[in-house]
Amino acid sequence: MQTSSDNILSAIRIEKGFPGTKALDKVDFHLRRGEVHALLGENGAGKSTLIKCLTGAYRRDGGSMLLDGTEADPRDTFDAQRLGIGTVYQEVNLLPNLTVAENLFLGRQPRRFGMVDTRTMNRRARELLAEYELDIDVTRDLASYSVAIQQVVAIARAVDLSGKVLILDEPTASLDAHEVEMLFRIVRRLKGRGLGIIFITHFLEQVYAISDRITVLRNGQLVGTRNAADLDRRELIAMMIGRELATEIHSAHSDAVAGEPRYRFRNFGRRGKIDPFDLDVRAGEVVGMAGLLGSGRTETAEILFGAHRADSGTAEIEGRTVDLSSPRAAIRQRFGFCPEDRKTAGIVGDLSVRENIVLALQARRGWTRPIPRAEQNRLADHYIRALDIRTPDREKPIRLLSGGNQQKAILARWLATEPELLILDEPTRGIDVGAHAEIIRLIESLREKGMSLIVISSEIEELVAYSTRVVVLRDRAHVAELDGAQLTAHRIVEAIAATNGREAS
Amino acid sequence: MIPIMRAYAGRLLPQLIALTAIVIAISMVFPGFLNLQIQNGRLYGSMIDILNRGAPVVLLAIGMTVVIATKGIDLSVGAVMAICGAVAASLITSGHSLAETLLATLAVGIICGLWNGVLVAVLDIQPIIATLVLMVAGRGIAQLITEGTILTFNDPGLIFIGSGSFAGLPMPIVIWLVFSLIVALLVRRTALGMLVEAIGINRQASTLSGVLTPVLLVAAYVLSGLCAATAGIIAAADIRGADANNAGLWLELDAILAVVVGGTSLLGGRFSIAASVLGAVIIQAINTGILLSGFPPEFNLIIKAAIIIFILVLQSPRFRTGVSFLSIPKAAGKPTEREAK
Amino acid sequence: MKIVKALASATILAACTFGSASAAELVVGFSQIGSESGWRAAETTLTKQQAEERGIDLKFADAQQKQENQIKAIRSFIAQGVNAILLAPVVATGWDEVLEEAKDAEIPVILLDRTVDASDNLYLTAVTSDLVHEGSVAGKWLVDTVAGKPCNVVELQGTTGSSPAIDRKKGFEQALSGNDNLKIVRSQTGDFTRTKGKEVMESFLKAEDGGKNICALYAHNDDMAVGAIQAIKEAGLKPGKDILVVSIDAVPDIFQAMAAGEANATVELTPNMAGPAFDALAAFLKDGKEPPKWIQTESKLYTQADDPMKVYEEKKGLGY
Repeated sequence: MQTSSDNILSAIRIEKGFPGTKALDKVDFHLRRGEVHALLGENGAGKSTLIKCLTGAYRRDGGSMLLDGTEADPRDTFDAQRLGIGTVYQEVNLLPNLTVAENLFLGRQPRRFGMVDTRTMNRRARELLAEYELDIDVTRDLASYSVAIQQVVAIARAVDLSGKVLILDEPTASLDAHEVEMLFRIVRRLKGRGLGIIFITHFLEQVYAISDRITVLRNGQLVGTRNAADLDRRELIAMMIGRELATEIHSAHSDAVAGEPRYRFRNFGRRGKIDPFDLDVRAGEVVGMAGLLGSGRTETAEILFGAHRADSGTAEIEGRTVDLSSPRAAIRQRFGFCPEDRKTAGIVGDLSVRENIVLALQARRGWTRPIPRAEQNRLADHYIRALDIRTPDREKPIRLLSGGNQQKAILARWLATEPELLILDEPTRGIDVGAHAEIIRLIESLREKGMSLIVISSEIEELVAYSTRVVVLRDRAHVAELDGAQLTAHRIVEAIAATNGREAS
Repeated sequence: MIPIMRAYAGRLLPQLIALTAIVIAISMVFPGFLNLQIQNGRLYGSMIDILNRGAPVVLLAIGMTVVIATKGIDLSVGAVMAICGAVAASLITSGHSLAETLLATLAVGIICGLWNGVLVAVLDIQPIIATLVLMVAGRGIAQLITEGTILTFNDPGLIFIGSGSFAGLPMPIVIWLVFSLIVALLVRRTALGMLVEAIGINRQASTLSGVLTPVLLVAAYVLSGLCAATAGIIAAADIRGADANNAGLWLELDAILAVVVGGTSLLGGRFSIAASVLGAVIIQAINTGILLSGFPPEFNLIIKAAIIIFILVLQSPRFRTGVSFLSIPKAAGKPTEREAK
Repeated sequence: MKIVKALASATILAACTFGSASAAELVVGFSQIGSESGWRAAETTLTKQQAEERGIDLKFADAQQKQENQIKAIRSFIAQGVNAILLAPVVATGWDEVLEEAKDAEIPVILLDRTVDASDNLYLTAVTSDLVHEGSVAGKWLVDTVAGKPCNVVELQGTTGSSPAIDRKKGFEQALSGNDNLKIVRSQTGDFTRTKGKEVMESFLKAEDGGKNICALYAHNDDMAVGAIQAIKEAGLKPGKDILVVSIDAVPDIFQAMAAGEANATVELTPNMAGPAFDALAAFLKDGKEPPKWIQTESKLYTQADDPMKVYEEKKGLGY
């Protein structure tokens, strides 16, 4: 065991159990001063449980914890903050309707004659943020700034309050590349100041870009702690999922599919959402949609599925014009749609996995023709097995499942309706590596069976891997279509950039 | 069959315990409480009184449960009771037949429900505000119909609904038993229950999955209106008159309370008709128990509030996890999740 | 159709009021609370009748239970220069300013049916019933009727904490005191409604040996008595014989019950508050004779001997 002198935080043989499961089984974790330490594992591996034990959100059942060489046992998150452990979550847990300065000094506002001294507070807020290269109006509401800036404000507050250990729980999930770079500059600077930083993410590139060491958990147990420089990517994934992935991404890039398009959208669009576009989709074809956030990708999906009614253009299936004015109408044409925001638009949290899987099929049959319970069970069990949905049983409320398993259940919901066109909006976002690969395999197998798919993704490599064609979007318009030899990550990025360039000129 | 019974019992366990405790408590304060006898060809006794007096709240709670399951609330039911009682009284006194009167009154209840449903589902007004409109206006409408007086009637058919009996049971009990059975079967033997729960938990996700959200929302409020109309007829028939000022006054709150005591979350989602019916019976048992106890009326509301707080604490998840350490592990989880199909 | 009828009659009334305006020598404004109960509707009807009989031009304003509407109405009466104002105040407080204004304009104000918390030089007189007295009239009737025999009484109170409930209970207990044969065994609130009256009576019957222990029922209003009578009948007893029924208000429906022998007595809370008010006003305007500050209306006792059907027919048309 290492000496505690260069460790700012040592967690030794931490145990935590919940009724029926052992969430952490004698896990050791050591964080050095001035290091960025990535904490990795599939969903359900025990990462968040460990973090919650460290920050006092949970009381550990066993083991000990040394902070700066002394025994520490935080009773709650405030206590942990006081001891020197600050945490920043993916969903910023600040108050959006207060100003930036108020958020920074909430609960410890500088006072004068018993009143909050707003002027001093704003000055100190500006000084504090200057350390983070952030020059913004601190008197504006936090909500008026981007998630990235809110994230930095949260970090500034956490570091200012705590100052020894900073835990970043998926801070980059909703940031774009530029913002991630800004965040990393700040992290490096904090590291230089001697803070110990724990970094949790699903993005492996980012792990390698910033981490000094990597600790991997699996099924509540420590798999190992390694230097990032000595651990190659393949080996890391193997540690995380416990088996070797054949290839992380299939490059079974198929040739363009021949034949008449099954779906023909002409001049399809809706004012304020997406400019009218033409789109053909053939049977057995995956059409990828690439573009930055807000480029109109999601809007395209929503209008195709009838979540928003198109106000121009026509839709044809095999030559006959069809009505796509509502999700029900689209479902009648055997469309399926997995939305981007799983939580608010996908899962029905308190319903069981079974009910979530049969929901769309039941809705199509109508309320008077309930699917018999035995048939529901059969469907649920079939998809739980086929898609490897990890749940103790089919009656578990879906909200208790991990993101990847929720996503698979929603896929199952649509597969149960035997769709002919499946629209997937960011199907792999925010899910763990194992599930990620499985979903990609599923997309390919569905295509091979002759289904048509439209897949939206920010992961360009991924799009290239499974798409037969990729449509590039920008500023709420379809601007390019790439296929065959043109279909490379490089060309897609170029297409996005080129259109950007055209705008600039 | 046995697992179904077990699942039911599991879901209804807290309510059954609460009801039993209250019944035991009352019969300790008032020994004659459990006596039942046959009088004039019908069962007679305090237990029957509870079921009989509870009829309006039970009926309201049935509709309210479904509305609350959609993440809504219907504040107008008390006023709709007053309107429907007034309509029934005024039709029967102006010489219409019993059948016409009943059909027209139920139709008025349905119209009230449609009004609420359209405000909520089509115009997307928050349910609490949308139904507040009819709650306030409804009593005025009822007063307009009765011209501010208690409109009395002597039609034996209509009176029979309030104080007649069938197979030894007072009619109001027969009506709510039949009503709750029909609704419970309707929601659980069809897919309605699941679809309604899905809407209540996540309306957007349900719509995207092809659930006919607006229609089901309107249907929930229509059911609530229909229940309120039936309750209004019973309340009027009971006193042989339509009292627009007092019929159903504050009963919307009792109905909401019944749903909550029944363990259905006000945030929508999972619901159980049987549990809400039990909740309403519990509330009425408390009311009747207080009346029988002979305490001065100043204590009525305090005692009621204290008992209800106690029941709600028993139900709170925190309390139940605390207690579950002491109980047998097999009780955990499964049966409490939901009613069996 | 009821609505249409109501609207039609309202229009006719309005037309009458306006039509007779020019001919009348005395103009009186009447600010009524609203029409929340049958009794109040009857009071409005009778006030209009009384005004018509005396050739008074009555300007009627319905406040819909709002004090601000009443204050507005009084100001408008002052502006119109009426000869006097009748006010049935919705609440007791907050009248000083507007009453001062009336006083400055030298318009006498007469309070009907309720009083206010204001100096009594701000109004001419108040015409109200004595709630305690009503209770004691009912109690005295019961004392006289049972004539020394032991008798267990159950009481249906009005809404807990309301002044009629408190005073009618007090008056009744005063009348009973000293008569050890009469004992109030159960007392619960029935909220002044038929439904609750019936429900509470049901529990009284169960609690007192199926009603065999109960000799008389005293209800703070007739509506609760009507509900209780049904409960007594459904319990297989004869109201009016097995259990004596006495109540207060004298609304038409209780006379039907009395005619059927199911109720025994009621004490009238007369809706004719305007009659004595107009009499006092006439005397004051004629020779400046100040009436007493409180004019107590008669609390008349009606029993089965008073030809209840006839009273019922008289009262039926008053809008109860």
